[in-house]
Amino acid sequence: MDKRDGNPQTGPMTTPLQSEIETRLEQAFSPSRLDVINDSASHRGHAGDDGSGESHFTVVIESAAFAGKGRLERQRMVNRALGDIPGERVHALAIRAFAPGDG
Amino acid sequence: MADINERITDIVGKNDVVLFMKGTPLFPQCGFSSRAVAILDHCGVAFEGVDVLQDMEIRQGIKAYSDWPTIPQLYVKGEFVGGSDIMMEMFEAGELQQMLDDKQVAKA
Repeated sequence: MDKRDGNPQTGPMTTPLQSEIETRLEQAFSPSRLDVINDSASHRGHAGDDGSGESHFTVVIESAAFAGKGRLERQRMVNRALGDIPGERVHALAIRAFAPGDG
Repeated sequence: MADINERITDIVGKNDVVLFMKGTPLFPQCGFSSRAVAILDHCGVAFEGVDVLQDMEIRQGIKAYSDWPTIPQLYVKGEFVGGSDIMMEMFEAGELQQMLDDKQVAKA
């Protein structure tokens, strides 16, 4: 992945769990857009911050796999692809799932 | 596990709107639960908050019951609606208010 290459000193830091989330979602949905954002720093000291620096993530994903599916089903698909990550290994995972051409 | 499923069915059957959450509506213990409470308050509906932090059986049981890994979880008239992301998306689109109206949920 491009964003993991490049200069490690200036590039955004990618954490292990973030990479795992990206890999699982890429394999499951071949997304046309995928942003996995680590929000943990902005929740430091809040409930759910386990000190790992990997407690809070936001996923924005666009894939043809979501076409014709409702919100609930889309999020279930993402949760299923992520296995034990949401709720177990990550305190908070915000998910926005789109299909290409969604408004 | 059968018992806990019955307990949950009972809770979501007895109350029009149920929010399984961390903390209470007055003192939410998590940003997402807090957001869910704010959305329901904004919709002006009466709801039952179930604090999963006070009940380990429900905390685990609700995840299997809904096939949903995270808290909060919203039920309306016994039907699973979703978590806080879905609540926010529906609220922003006006769909949550519409659904509460359509299902004739009592106002707070």
